[in-house]
Amino acid sequence: MATMLEQLFYSGPGQAVAGKLGLPEPETLRRGRVNPSGPVAVTSLTGSSLGSDTLALLGVAASAALVDDGDEPPAYPARLGALVVDARGLTLLPQLEGLRAALRPAVKSMEPSGRIIVLADDEVSGLEAHAVRQALDGINRTVGKELRRGATTNLIYVRPGTGATDLASTLSFLLQGRSAFVDGQSWTVGPAAATSAVRERPLTDRIVVVTGAARGIGAQIATVAARDGATVVCVDVPAGGEALAALTNQLGGTALQLDITAADAGERIAAQVASRYGDDARIHAMVHNAGITRDKLLVNTDAARWAAVVEVNLAAQLRMNVALLDGRPGGLADDGRLVSIASTSGIAGNRGQANYAASKAGVVGLVRALAPELAGRGITVNAVAPGFIETEMTAKIPFVQREVFRRTNSLGQGGNPIDVAETIGYFLDPASAGVTGQVVRVCGQNLVGA
Amino acid sequence: MNAPRSAVIVGGNRTPFVKAGGAYAEASNLDLLTAALDGLAARFGLAGRQLDEVAGGAVLKHSADFNLTREAVLGSALAPTTPAVDLQQACGTGLETVIYLHNKISLGQAEVGIGAGVDSASDAPIVVTNRLRRAILAANRAKTVPTRLAALSAIRPAHLMPVAPQVVEPRTGLSMGEHQAATTKRWGITRQAQDELALASHQHLAAAWASGFFDDLVTGYLGVTRDGLLRADTSREKLAALKPVFGGVDGTMTAGNSTALTDGAATVLLAEEGWASANGLPRLARIVDAQVAAVDHTAGDDLLLAPAHAVARLLARQGMSLGDFEFYELHEAFASTVLATMAAWESAAYCRESLGLPDALGSIDRDRLNVNGSSLAAGHPFAATGGRIVASLAKQLHAHGSGARGLVSICAAGGQGVVAILEAV
Repeated sequence: MATMLEQLFYSGPGQAVAGKLGLPEPETLRRGRVNPSGPVAVTSLTGSSLGSDTLALLGVAASAALVDDGDEPPAYPARLGALVVDARGLTLLPQLEGLRAALRPAVKSMEPSGRIIVLADDEVSGLEAHAVRQALDGINRTVGKELRRGATTNLIYVRPGTGATDLASTLSFLLQGRSAFVDGQSWTVGPAAATSAVRERPLTDRIVVVTGAARGIGAQIATVAARDGATVVCVDVPAGGEALAALTNQLGGTALQLDITAADAGERIAAQVASRYGDDARIHAMVHNAGITRDKLLVNTDAARWAAVVEVNLAAQLRMNVALLDGRPGGLADDGRLVSIASTSGIAGNRGQANYAASKAGVVGLVRALAPELAGRGITVNAVAPGFIETEMTAKIPFVQREVFRRTNSLGQGGNPIDVAETIGYFLDPASAGVTGQVVRVCGQNLVGA
Repeated sequence: MNAPRSAVIVGGNRTPFVKAGGAYAEASNLDLLTAALDGLAARFGLAGRQLDEVAGGAVLKHSADFNLTREAVLGSALAPTTPAVDLQQACGTGLETVIYLHNKISLGQAEVGIGAGVDSASDAPIVVTNRLRRAILAANRAKTVPTRLAALSAIRPAHLMPVAPQVVEPRTGLSMGEHQAATTKRWGITRQAQDELALASHQHLAAAWASGFFDDLVTGYLGVTRDGLLRADTSREKLAALKPVFGGVDGTMTAGNSTALTDGAATVLLAEEGWASANGLPRLARIVDAQVAAVDHTAGDDLLLAPAHAVARLLARQGMSLGDFEFYELHEAFASTVLATMAAWESAAYCRESLGLPDALGSIDRDRLNVNGSSLAAGHPFAATGGRIVASLAKQLHAHGSGARGLVSICAAGGQGVVAILEAV
């Protein structure tokens, strides 16, 4: 029944009706390591050159942004690919006018899947500067809702001492199609002790471990890591071994059938890495992707449902991290990467998911606490929080409800597993050494949890 | 003189085994073997890699599958430039493929290869009757229409019945179960002893699954993730309630203490020891030595007791005694096969008269026997059993510690037996 309804909805006549009802056909988003097709404009509101320096470092040619200073906003000669606004140094409310003046012509001329990227100071002093800092977030979120046809806007708070090399991977990610489903978000980038240059295959000769790799988002994470050059160790429960083996053989890594809730799961992962790749081998990145749901209203949730979700989604990764971080052969390398999967359910709460929300909000807490602890070893700790992603799991949601979930974000569609995987790939990039302790939502600016 | 070469078991992979006609009913030997190879490739990162050779085989084999193993390699993730060979020695096939590769590796003819076996009792070849076959071949040879019609006119309705394969000894006309029933009676193996062994097999296999022992030995196939014949909840009472299927009304052999027709495939990765280290592969156990033997069942010898002979010769050559092993893997074709084999070794008369030994070979510690379950619980896809046993034993020995030794014994149709000694690296 749900399938028939869905087919009807996406048929020609169905779409005509949908159009009348104000449900436009979703835009096909630009994806992959692809820059905007139109020109890139850059402007600095108070003289900071970080934005233009970073674009230059990436080899992206940028022209001066047009500024709205008259009755009619000036028009860009061609559809604009991206606008980078360097808003660092803003401390006074009147200075926000500069942002308005740069955004107005750009939003009007933005190409489909175009980009607005705003850079701002993370640390400010003074009451007015704090108000300005937060005002930027409000502007960013609003512009995200006003942009059309797959265009996105995101705000990067920059810590003191951050250079173009530290910011390059973030700007590259935001400009490219890799960030297709990241919209209306803000996060922080800081200076790193050592950062690599941005490269096409940044994970070459590096080992990436992905749990829950057999299918869905996990399979896509492993696939993107392999595309970016990584040797992947694909981990999933023994019962998922068939799909796991097929994916592993396709990607050329090794498969490890393992229940991550086993007490020695971390030790077994390290042992597999040391055995296959040598005692000197270390994991570059550990992606804690494996997760389960056992949805019930809290009043119907028993201890078993509660424990299973918390155990798989949170407790297991805490245990594995202990083993992988103790310096053993096959453990996590210094300058390595830890990535977890949070969820908008964890950020906003979700009816029927108290256990899941607990585990996913717990992931956020874990990331924030672990990042400073491991900063001295050059290890970054981050999480993605997916919104509505088209997977086997979400395909089981009844159609009408699913269509609502799909549509209630600024991009008017669900994300794809690759959107989550690309964001994780951005964290895994050796060039992202300055990105740690962050939770980036991959949700198309979902209304939930905003 | 070159440095001595040693072949080691790197690891293994098999499909879960399921009862014939079950979840793999539509799967062919080729499908099953390809799946088992793919799981092995994924576990050890062999996708796209050229190995020196894959040796494999099946007992129930379609004539179209003359190059079964090579075709499986071509369908697998291994490099298509990996050569393959088909071997067959009834239920000894799987272990023989391992011995074959061990010998090649030891001689320097190979560095790395896979020993494999598969059987699908579900996809067994159905053949036409001999008379129908002869009539069709004669018609095919005929040069004129009348002679062709004459040749075909020899066909009678009864000739059109398909002939299903049977596990029957061609020279005695007796099924394996009937042969074993005679052995069971001769050696006085009781129903209770057989049921006890079957119960232990199920309990051991269930415990091994529960402890995750098979996490790196089995990869699911067609949605099956565990051995389908395993009855973790079986009991003495349940086994005792089964009716005899061999040996007449007074028989002691039941469906519970005999193996069922099973579908499945198993693989074992072998490599030269130094090569394995250099290529980041585990080294679980060495193959110390192996021996094959046969008895003359046409003259009344016990059909499935050839391993008793093979072990005697192997121990003599190695200067070892029967008690020198941490673990014993005696393939459970029937519970009474294992019990009769052990009884034979304990019998001074049999050892003197049939094995040419001065005295009894000895007894083995039952606590060290088939500790992770065997064919009664796991099932017995004929050619796959050797691979199942070798990979599991190698893992068990390695976990026990360097130098631990294990004895593998597998009986085979035609009055044959193949045995081997493994030693943990």
